[in-house]
Formats: sequence, structure tokens, C-alpha cells
Amino acid sequence: MAAVLAMVARGCGGVWRRLRQRCAVRPGSGPFPRGERAVACNARGGMMSAGKSGLTPWIPVVGLEIHAQISSNSKLFSGSQVQFAAPPNSLVSFFDASLPGTLPVLNRRCVEAAVMTGLALNCHINKKSLFDRKHYFYADLPAGYQITQQRVPIAVNGSLSYSLCIDNKMSQMVTKTVRIKQIQLEQDSGKSLHDDARSQTLVDLNRAGVGLMELVMEPDMCCGEEAAAAVRELQLILQTLGSSQAVMAEGQLRVDANVSVHHPGEPYGVRTEVKNINSIRFLAKAVDYEIQRQIEELGNGGTISNETRAFDSKLGCTVPMRDKEGKQDYRFMPEPNLPPLILYDAKSLPANMNHQQVINIDWIRERLPDLPSVKREKLVEQYGILPEHSFTLLNEDGLPEFFENVVKQTQMKPKKVIGWILNDLLSYLKQHSLTVKESPVSSFLLADLLNLLEKKEISSTAAKQVLATSLSAFPHTCKQARDLIALLLCYVEMLVTKWDGTEDAAVTEKNWCLQGF
Amino acid sequence: MRVLSLGRWLRAGRVPPREPASRPSGHRHSGHRPQGPPQELPQGPSQVPPQQKVSVEVLEHLEHLALVDFRDSEGVERLQKAIQFADQLHEVNTDGVEPMDSVLEDRCLYLREDDVTEGNCTKELLENARETVEEYFVAPPGNIPLVKLEGQKTFLQGSK
Repeated sequence: MAAVLAMVARGCGGVWRRLRQRCAVRPGSGPFPRGERAVACNARGGMMSAGKSGLTPWIPVVGLEIHAQISSNSKLFSGSQVQFAAPPNSLVSFFDASLPGTLPVLNRRCVEAAVMTGLALNCHINKKSLFDRKHYFYADLPAGYQITQQRVPIAVNGSLSYSLCIDNKMSQMVTKTVRIKQIQLEQDSGKSLHDDARSQTLVDLNRAGVGLMELVMEPDMCCGEEAAAAVRELQLILQTLGSSQAVMAEGQLRVDANVSVHHPGEPYGVRTEVKNINSIRFLAKAVDYEIQRQIEELGNGGTISNETRAFDSKLGCTVPMRDKEGKQDYRFMPEPNLPPLILYDAKSLPANMNHQQVINIDWIRERLPDLPSVKREKLVEQYGILPEHSFTLLNEDGLPEFFENVVKQTQMKPKKVIGWILNDLLSYLKQHSLTVKESPVSSFLLADLLNLLEKKEISSTAAKQVLATSLSAFPHTCKQARDLIALLLCYVEMLVTKWDGTEDAAVTEKNWCLQGF
Repeated sequence: MRVLSLGRWLRAGRVPPREPASRPSGHRHSGHRPQGPPQELPQGPSQVPPQQKVSVEVLEHLEHLALVDFRDSEGVERLQKAIQFADQLHEVNTDGVEPMDSVLEDRCLYLREDDVTEGNCTKELLENARETVEEYFVAPPGNIPLVKLEGQKTFLQGSK
């Protein structure tokens, strides 16, 4: 193991140089909160032995800082549009470009999104929160400071519950909780494109000023899998609320991991911060690699420095990112242009204020949609499926609705339907990287097929064959094609009933018709 | 804010006129209601911290943070005087008083509707930049570290 790591580390050397030029020193991440660990990590032990010598075990400690881009039409403090891909510097107002004489004007929708998220994560919503300036110099931050909420953020002291499987067979799930320290509103910075060839950076301010929710999680996690599961659950919650689309690939959800290791009974070790994590899968890899690296380093008598490291997805390792910056002094000061943000609830609602200027926490709480955990429970209760199945269903966008549609249109019991959905349909979709919306077989068709199975007009094997054939026969969804197949199946059904033939004959008939297309 | 506005006094090298201490007003600070018209500050320096020389490390740190250049003894002296002036705040007894961090604290924070009302002024914005490449602003590859000039360093160390 040590030899492998050493090899990988050597291979990372050249990468470090290139990466340093590529992701040029970028200050800006806030201090990481260090508190008591409320939840001892002991999923599958959680502790990792120090290798062959079998010395005292190590306890890894993982905390996350997550930035979620708020789903809104316009930016946090200005009226320019929020959009992913647009011509450079076309979605930039004078305020975003930090031209003199401009002032921030807070977007109501962003505040509501933060309150919704805070309520969904069981936070205490601060009825009075304040805005501050965090100063640092970087080309994509034209003002030289970022408006954030460092002293009194909008929401504090929440929790996020997530599930993960103990073993690989998805048969035993355990629920864990991570505490949320705070949620704050802040501005996003612009984007820098590094042009190494001409030794310059190109700056696009389209993203500058977009509203972000920064979620700070306490270090209650102990491995990559836990971190990944927590982020996945957060992603589902944000998408259900609509407060953020949380697509990591588009930069709407950015995760930085803080990793350290220590012996049981001793104080926390020095932590490193890992950035440049672009997917949930890479998050798990990056965290696990960093834990192993730290254990190896300390096991060999080395020390861990409080540094920032970048994750290289191609090599699967972390490399140092910052060297001589040292500790950043952000010179926090109150934002002089913004009064405190006051939120109300049913009791404190002012009588004679313009309702457009008032945000009522209770009103928002009443309108929160069912969170994923609630949806999962409802599915288990209503259809009698297993919690693991419910978990897998909700993990795919659109699959719960597909499942419910099939159940509505078939006589087959939901407990049996779920098998078809998760084993046959989902595995095919996964193999071919299709979303549920792109499924070649609609819920109507599948229900029809399952009905035939229920009526014992075809065998289970035959049904599987038909499904497989129809899935592969139509790689692209086409409404007309689907309708055609539906008609065809009805025709075949008619034939079968008239024929009174054997099962195999019916299957042959169906297959023949499908292959004709 | 007060230190900045009195910059011209500092540059002129004169001592700025004493202003009455800004007594906190309003409902929150009932324990410290002024008895009568605002009084002149007591002249004694008893509560003001003794004047300290600003160390070289602090000066370098400040230069790095704020990108200012203290250049010569006059600049450092101006800084010392500014600190001395601000230290007068210590003469006010603020025990048990909640800090006020904005004069806007009793104003209503205006909430804007989530409509797109600005943007699409690429050409105007790029006019401000000396150098652009295909509608991008151009910047150096990363933060350029501050170069410590030999002469400056010796000066700062010499002034200790």
C-alpha cells in the first residue's frame, strides 16, 4: 500500500507544477469550524488500522463546506440574469463589475431560498442577520471583497440525516446525521480561464454576484462514503425544494472537504482542505485518498501541514495547491450599505407593511414540499416496498413517478412491480447512461406487459425477453414509436386470445412484431 | 469613517479640532443617557492606550493586505497619528453597551423582486479595460506577490 501511494505521489509531482499554474492561487475559503464531534463514527468500525504494524488505530475526521448556487432569475444584489452558458460578460451589471457609484439591492427570492433550505435542514432561522465584507484580491472579484454573512448568518444549528448501506448488497441501511453549523448568503465570484500559453488569465464576470448559500457542516463524518451520501441527500433536498438545481457538473454545487486524522483520545489532527472536486463519486475518492495519505505520512514519521490541496481526478490523488500564501486575513467588516435583514413569523408580522417587503418564516414553512425522507416513508407505507427499494427509487430523477404510474395501470402487486423497475428497467438505463425520461419503454407499456404476465398469458422469462428487446429496439424515445408498440401489443394480445396457443407462440409473435421495427 | 474624513487635517500636519464624543442615542442605551448637552472630552489621556510604534511586521502585513505603500517616514508617521486619533474612542465608557455597527440599523432593508432588469452591456464594460481578448477581461496569471524593494526594507527596519 505504501509502495503504491509512493508511486502515485511521485507521479503527482509534475502534475502539481502544472496544476499550480492552472489553478493559480485563489484565496477565499473561510475558516473551518472545529467543534466537538457529537456523533462518533463507527460505521464498519470507522477507525482504520495503521497498516501492518497494527499500532493504535486512526480516526479520520471529515467536514464539508458546500456552496450551492441559488436557483433564481437574477443575481443576489443586482438585476442581471443568472444563466449557465452565455456570451462572456453579457450578464453583468455595473454593480457586478464594481463600477463606482453602484450599490447592492437584495433579491427577495434568494432570501426565501435560504430560509426554505434552513427550515428543511432543521435550522434555527435568525430573525435578524447581518451582511459583512470579506476582503481579498483576485482578478475575478472586481470589488476586492465579497459580501457574505460572517457574524450572524441567516440560519444556524441544523442537521442533515442521510442513509448508507452497510454492505454492498443494499440490504442493510443505516441512518446517520451530520450537524449543520450555519447557512449563509453570499456572492459568487466571476470565472477565471487560465491561459498558460500567453501567461494571462481571462476573466468572465457572468457568474460574479450570483447568489450562493454556503452550508457549513460540522466534522461528523469519517470517510468518503459518508461524505458522498450526505452530499447526495443534500442535493436531493435542494432539488426538491427548488432552492438550487444542485448540478455539480455545472458548478451549481461545489464541495470542499476538510480532512484530518487522529488517535482515539487525542485531540484532532491538523486538517487539510481538499478542493476541485467535481462529482459525488470524486468526493468519496478524494476524501478516502486524503485520509490514506495522512495516515501514511504520519505513520512514516512525517507531519501534516494545514494546507489546501486539489484533487486530480485523472490520477485519483490530491496535490498541494497553495504554498506561500499562509493564513489569509480577510479583514471582515460590516457591509456599510446594507441594513440588517429582518425576517418575520406569524406572531411578529408587522401590521402596516407592504407585504412584498415582508418575509414570513411560518408562511414558507407551511409551503415546504415533502422532503425526500418523507417521500421514501410514504412509498414504503403506501406500497409495502422495502426501505432500500424506496431509497433507490428516489435516487433517480423521475423514477418514483414512473413506478407509481406503472402500479396504477397494472394489477400486479407493487412489491413485484418494484423488482421489474429496479432490476430490469433501471439496470438497462444505467448501462446505457439514460435518464428515466429517456426510457425507450414508457410506464404504460411496462404496465401492459406486466398485466400479461399477471394474467399468466406469458411466462416470466418471456416477459423479461420482451422487455429487453423493446428496450434495445428503441434507443431514442419517440412518442409515435411508443404508441405504435402499444397498438402492436394490443394486436398481439388479441391474436393470443383468439389463437389459444401456447406461451411460446405468444412470445414468438410479440418478438417478431417488435423486431419488424 | 471619521479617520478617513479627517485625512486633510492629517496631511496639513495640524491637530484636528476636538469633537464631542458621539453619544449613542435611542432606546437601547438607556443606561448611558447624556445628562445635558454633549460635553467636551476629558483632556486627560488616562484611558487612551499609550502611543506605540507600529512594528515592521505589522507594516508589511498591512501593505500586503491593503496594497498601500508606506514609502517613507512621513507615511508611517501619518499612520501613527491616525491610530492615535482613533484611540480616542477608548475614552468613552462602553461597558454593557451593545456595539452599533451601522447607522442604518433601524432602516428597512429593501427587498427587490426577482426580475431581470440589467445586463447586456458588454461593450460598455469592456471599454473600461485597457486590454481585452474576445470579450474577456485580461488579468495576469495569478496574484503577483509583492516585491520587497531592498531600500524600503532597510528603511522600515531602520525606523524600529
